[in-house]
Order: sequence, then C-alpha cells, then structure tokens
Amino acid sequence: MNIIEILHLIHEYKEYDENETETETVRAIDDVTLSIEEGSFVTVLGHNGSGKSTLAKHVNALLLPTGGTVVLCGQDTLKTGELWQLRKNAGMVFQNPDNQIIASVVEEDVAFGPENLGVPTEKLEHRVERALEKVGMTAFRMNSPNRLSGGQKQRIAIAGMLAMKPKVILMDEPTAMLDPVGRKEVIETVHELNREEGITILLITHYMEEAVDADRVIVMDGGRLIMDGTPREVFSRVEELKECRMTVPQVTELAFELKKEGLPLPDGILTTEEFAEALMKLRT
Amino acid sequence: MIRDITIGQYYDTDSVIHRLDPRVKLAFTLLYIISLFIGHGPVCYAYAAAFLVLVIVLSKVPVRFMVKGLRGMLVILIISALFNVFLVQGEIIFRWWIFSISKEGVRTAVLMVVRLVFLVIGSSLMTLTTTPNDLTDGLERSLRFLKVIRIPVHEIAMMMSIALRFIPILIEEVNKIMKAQIARGADFESGGLVKKAKAMVPLLIPLFVSAFRRASDLALAMEARCYHGGEGRTKLHPLTYQKRDFLAYAVLLLYFGGMIAMAAVLP
Repeated sequence: MNIIEILHLIHEYKEYDENETETETVRAIDDVTLSIEEGSFVTVLGHNGSGKSTLAKHVNALLLPTGGTVVLCGQDTLKTGELWQLRKNAGMVFQNPDNQIIASVVEEDVAFGPENLGVPTEKLEHRVERALEKVGMTAFRMNSPNRLSGGQKQRIAIAGMLAMKPKVILMDEPTAMLDPVGRKEVIETVHELNREEGITILLITHYMEEAVDADRVIVMDGGRLIMDGTPREVFSRVEELKECRMTVPQVTELAFELKKEGLPLPDGILTTEEFAEALMKLRT
Repeated sequence: MIRDITIGQYYDTDSVIHRLDPRVKLAFTLLYIISLFIGHGPVCYAYAAAFLVLVIVLSKVPVRFMVKGLRGMLVILIISALFNVFLVQGEIIFRWWIFSISKEGVRTAVLMVVRLVFLVIGSSLMTLTTTPNDLTDGLERSLRFLKVIRIPVHEIAMMMSIALRFIPILIEEVNKIMKAQIARGADFESGGLVKKAKAMVPLLIPLFVSAFRRASDLALAMEARCYHGGEGRTKLHPLTYQKRDFLAYAVLLLYFGGMIAMAAVLP
C-alpha cells in the first residue's frame, strides 16, 4: 500500500523586495509525482534550493500545494480541515536540534506531541518510556536538554515523534548540524526504527553516504524530480549527478574514475568492502 | 558554566516545602502578604514572624539566601523608614532645627520596615522553593478562571515555559556573538556608559535576528507535533493535590484566621 501519494505537485511562492512589491513568483516544486510505499526507507537528495525540504513539508501539511495533490494515509492535505489530525501520522525531525525541543526536561519534551493529541495521562507515561527506550535515551529522562550532545538531542526529537505513534517520520536534514559521531547515532536509530517498527522513513539529506543503505533514492534539482531508483541505480549515474552539483560517495567516484580508465569494474559500487571485493576479483 | 545556569533563584534541595503543590505556595504568598496588611502592632508581627520562621526552617533554605533578596530592597527600606520617622505627627520626643521626631513616627517606621522585610522574605520563599516550570504550571492552573474574561492563560504559560527553555540558549549565543565581535576588534570593555551601550548594538542585532529565526523554527516544530492551543491538551504530570497539600492549606488558613482574630481583638 502507498502511504504517501503525491500527484503533479506544484508549489509557488512570491518574492517581495524592500518596498513590499512583488518581484517574482518562484516555483519551488515543479510538477512532482511520487508514491511511497508503506514501510520503506526513502532518501531524498538534492543541492541547496532543490526543493527537497519543501517537498517534505507538504507531506505533513506544513505547506499546502499551489497545484496538484498530496495524500497522506488516505487523507488529502487540501481537504482535511484540522491539519493536526493529519500530522499525527507523520512526525517531522528538523535540522537544528535546539530549535525543536520545547520543554526543559527530556521526558516532558517527549510527551509534548501526545499531550497535544489529548492522550490520557495514564497512557502518556508508558508512551514516553517506550519512545525513549527505542532511541536508547532512557537514562537521560530527567535531564535538561541543554546538557545533551547534538546527536542525543536529535534522538530526543525522534523520541518525541515516536511518542505520537506516527506511520511516517520525515527527517529534514537531521544530521546537517551534527559531528560524525552524532550523525552515525541518528542514522542508525532511524534505520532501526524502520526495520523493527516498520515506520516509513523519508530522509532528506545532502550527505550521499546516508543514502547508501536506503531502499530507494530520489534526487531533486530545481524543484523537479530527476532520478528515482535504488541507491545502486542512482549512484551509477555519476556524470548526471555531477551535472546537478552533487557528489557521489567517495568510493563510488573512485570506482567510476578507474572504470573510465579502462578497469573492468561493475557500475554503482557503494561501499568500501564492495570495492575491495571487486578489486580482488580483478586480480584473479 | 553557562549550561548550568539556574533561572530565577531556585534553591535545589529536598524539603516538605519544596514538595508542596505550587498552587499551595502561591496561596501562601498571597495570604501571607494580605495578613501582613491586616495585622498591626507588635503582637501581630511577632505572630507573623513566628509563622515565617517555621516555614523557613521547614524549607531548609539557608537564611543568607533570603537576606540576599533584601539587599536590593535596602534603599526602599531606608527611604520609607526616614519618611515615617520625620513626617508622622504625634508626641514629639526629639527636635532639632526643622526636624522633629515623634513617638508615633518611630513606631510606624519600625513596623513599616518589619512589614516590608517580611513581605520580601515571604514572597522569595516561593521562588526559592519552586522551580520556574512548576511555578508556570501552578499559575496556569490557578489562573484558569481568567479564561472566562478571555485572558489566554494557557498561551501565556506556554510562552513563559518556552522563554525559560531558551534563556540559557540565548545566553550562550550572546557569548558566541561577543567572542566573534571581539575577534574582529570590537571593544565592549572601555568607555563610559554611553559608549558601552553603543557597543552593544552590534551584539543585539545578530541576537535578535537569530532569536526570530529560532522562534520561526520552533513554531514549525510545534505545529509538526500537533500543537493547537490548550484545547484538549493533557499533561504528563498534571498537578494533583496530595494529603500534605491539604494539610498545608489547613495550616495556612489557621494562621490567616488567627491573624484576623488578633487584629480584631487587639486595639
């Protein structure tokens, strides 16, 4: 079943100059059609200004389409009166960990979502406990979020989503402000949730390495969807990716360059292990 | 160090008073202040003092923390004492040039100072024993009735708790901006008051820009988490009265009743 169904989505906004006169209409998303299967892990790649964040914000109705339709869990975002009813199905984790934590105590922040949904107090306790357990942050339950590392804060933000029991989690560049350790923490947590809880993940990022383990990779440029396929399919199109100012994972690029020089290597090598294996095969 | 900052003057320890429901402590502050104005004469104030000492001892907060609050009040205390001493008419006990001191003047001055001191200590007891978050919660619950006259109590409480969460973050940000400006030759140290104030401008502008950006991000994050005002919201830890809270109310009312009786009986 498709949990997200996007049909000919167009999003335009108007730009104003200092005198508040309209200067131009910017088309941030230009005719995107996309359906995402329940339980899949999809990575959206794209350069700054490619429209990838805008796309994600349409899924949980933070933005509404100028044209076309977005359907989440069978609900059309344009036709749903109370948008918060719809948003409980799709949690969203943002880039800046500090700017999305609302309460001064970890457990109260995790409870914020379900509190808004009106979950009774007896059940809240359990939900918070379980959500913190899932992201491995139970020990920090009573802490102040100010003392946590970036990666830990993002895991708290993820727990805050989990407590709402969403079907989809949208991740809007959740690792952009983290150090490598924090990045790994967050990405591993998200993969685990996808595997164990069957939550559909839409990960928006510009780190190619984070796309390697996804079920599906979507590449956006200039508001359009330009590539869509498995990581292997997408990353074997090195030249095209470079054209839209994107880099492929280092090892993929190395393999690509070697192949261009005449080494008989397979297309779309994604990991160092894979590359080493392919090289070993060449020797024999 | 900045990360450990405590907002307000909360003194962290475990005592009966700390564990009381914040609503009880709000009621205490209010009734205690009223009682100070009902009471007159040394007996009433001795009674108020005894009650205050009892609460201070129960709260386990060191007395020097209470005195700290008084230091800021010193000027007001001195001024009000002087006015009373010199301006209250009555039986004159001392006269020099145009100044005269009356017996009644001294009496009112002393009582006035005592009243103010008790008032400050009494209300700082609440902030010393209640975390800002509990205080916000307590205010939200006890002022809920104001919703009838369309005062957005929930929204104000939410703003207060968000402000509390962001104060340390913004302080950190100020330090960061300050260092960045110092690295580029800005001078925040030298010069007079005007020059120092002017030096703050390049600090405040980036701070405001970033605060607005944070606010916009936070609003989005709150919406994504289904925030839609106080309607139908539940709480992880709702305020519920325990046995000790009712007991505290009883003690408080007893004290208050005692004060009224005393004020009525004594001349």
